[in-house]
Amino acid sequence: MTTDVEIVGQDAAPPAEDAAEDSGLLRRAIENVKTGNLGVLPIVIGMVFIVVFFGFKATNFFTAANFSNIIVQMAGTAMLAYGVVFVLLLGEIDLSISYVGGIGALTVAELQLPGSGHQINGLLAMLAAVAVCAVIGLAQGSIVAFVGVPSFVVTLAGFLIWQGVILQVLEQPGSIIIQDRWINYTASYYFSTAAGWLIAALVTGLYALTVLAGLFGKRRAGVAVASPGIIVAKLVGVAVAAFGTVAICNHAQIPHGLPLAGVLIVIFLVALTFLAKRTTFGRHVYAVGGNAEAARRAGINVPRIRVIVFIISSSMAAVGGIILAANVNSVDLNFGGGTLLLNAIAAAVIGGVSLFGGRGEVRAAFLGALVIATVSNGLNTAGYQSGVIYIVTGIILLLAVTLDTIARRLQVRSGR
Amino acid sequence: MTETAPLLQLRNITKSFGSVQALTDVDFEVRSGEVMALVGDNGAGKSTLIKCIAGTHSADSGEILFDGKEVHIHGPRDAARLGIEVVYQDLALCDNLDVVQNMYLGREAHDAFQRLKEPVMEQKTTETMKSLAVTTIRSIRQPVATLSGGQRQSVAVARAVMWNSKLVILDEPTAALGVAQTEQVLALVRRLGEQGLAVVVISHNLHDIFETAHRITVLRLGRNVGVYERDKTTQQEVVAAITAGVPTKVSGIATAAGAAE
Repeated sequence: MTTDVEIVGQDAAPPAEDAAEDSGLLRRAIENVKTGNLGVLPIVIGMVFIVVFFGFKATNFFTAANFSNIIVQMAGTAMLAYGVVFVLLLGEIDLSISYVGGIGALTVAELQLPGSGHQINGLLAMLAAVAVCAVIGLAQGSIVAFVGVPSFVVTLAGFLIWQGVILQVLEQPGSIIIQDRWINYTASYYFSTAAGWLIAALVTGLYALTVLAGLFGKRRAGVAVASPGIIVAKLVGVAVAAFGTVAICNHAQIPHGLPLAGVLIVIFLVALTFLAKRTTFGRHVYAVGGNAEAARRAGINVPRIRVIVFIISSSMAAVGGIILAANVNSVDLNFGGGTLLLNAIAAAVIGGVSLFGGRGEVRAAFLGALVIATVSNGLNTAGYQSGVIYIVTGIILLLAVTLDTIARRLQVRSGR
Repeated sequence: MTETAPLLQLRNITKSFGSVQALTDVDFEVRSGEVMALVGDNGAGKSTLIKCIAGTHSADSGEILFDGKEVHIHGPRDAARLGIEVVYQDLALCDNLDVVQNMYLGREAHDAFQRLKEPVMEQKTTETMKSLAVTTIRSIRQPVATLSGGQRQSVAVARAVMWNSKLVILDEPTAALGVAQTEQVLALVRRLGEQGLAVVVISHNLHDIFETAHRITVLRLGRNVGVYERDKTTQQEVVAAITAGVPTKVSGIATAAGAAE
């Protein structure tokens, strides 16, 4: 149940489900699987297994409240992973995001600190934090793009530097408590029942409008339109996902209602997907990742694209860092450490973003973050220690990448 | 061949890289609607000449006339503005993008908010493919990685043609292609000429050249050693020029062609 709701929400429209409606679609789905074009199918199947497994294994897993928990728990990682997608699309890597996120959280914490002399409104503090991290991204990206230092090295240095800054600043206080309500809302605000339904209706309505507008545009240009079956399936899928999620969250007693973090996840998912798929910038990111030389010859300003991508990844790290800090109402010395960095990269890769550039979607980060959060939540509720969580997450990562590699080989073979 | 004024005319082009004299007083011309082959052994200066036209290199001396007017080409953008497009041997396609996306690479149709106009691009791509009679590509929405070598070449050529270009330069378009695919690409090259474009084809394959070209310019050791009309020459004669041609020209192409007859 949980799985269906979350996954169908992506406009990928899982091949298997569409196929049941229409034999033509079924044939195409089989064709896709044969040629290694798996799409989100493996992750959907994987999620079903995970949810069923923990549903039996852990008594408190399959509850409405826990569903809501998972949404909040995945939010921080998802934000970082969204940024990682763009970096990976270029064929680069950004190892600094976890501590850049830490810098974002630290900035916010400092700027909201009562009695510090530089306290500002929480909303402004968040904007300032994102701006600070954007500048970090600009600096790191410029070194990669203009000087030509490998991104691995630049961001590894960033990893150390920003960790050092956090340690240095927080050495005295040890941690800063975040009291500002706006900042804490990012992880702990829950919409009322009615507001939740309204949001679900809004999401569904806007999606339907976008699809219709796209259809008319294609009609006018006399271009082939996707079959009605797929369109209806997608619309129904989004509606079910939106209303289903809200229904479950509203059903939960504590915390009751749709978490703001969930809405943020969707807003950034939609906005960044739009950026990647519907704008010239996004197209150029894919082009540079696919063949930088071809992109350059086609007149694309490759260094500019690289710099902007690193700005995006640092900015998204700031957003994720703020949500993670809000989740625990504080920033401490260990912030940004642990598995945050690797989980964020793993999320993008599990979702199907290639490490070699040019292949992948923003929604991959969403799906990957969902898988990672669900697994670690499930193992936690089932009473396992963090060692087991790392091992299982590692195995899932390995499986996902192995599957992706095999799929790619199939694709190449069927292409020739 | 109607005797129209050449679309592109190079006069006395000289280019050296340090002490290496790559081109010496080369004359070259191509008319609209004509397929001009450019042949020569390795190191004869074919690529350098092309790069001078495409703006990758600029000539040390000599002049370039385009449409009868003298032009200075300082970069690929200058060339593109004149309507000169080059299809390089490595095609410069992004494998991960589909046909439409590759056709519009770097020149995407977009609105004021940088939003892509997919329907427009898809429609124009379909039109271009149809006008070039490229029928072997099943879907213009499939990634270029899934296309065969000939199909990829077709995409690269179609991309060059789509931008109202007047002169298309093809670098070894049939290298590494199978027989059937070579046939496809040669047909495509002929069609470009029939549509009124000026086409320059660099090739090592004389068979292909005699299949498509109207005239053949032979370079040897950085000099123009002759211009031959396809109908009035033989492969043996061209081979002789490639391997042992003597620079015949001092004062223009007409003399060179005349000498060849």
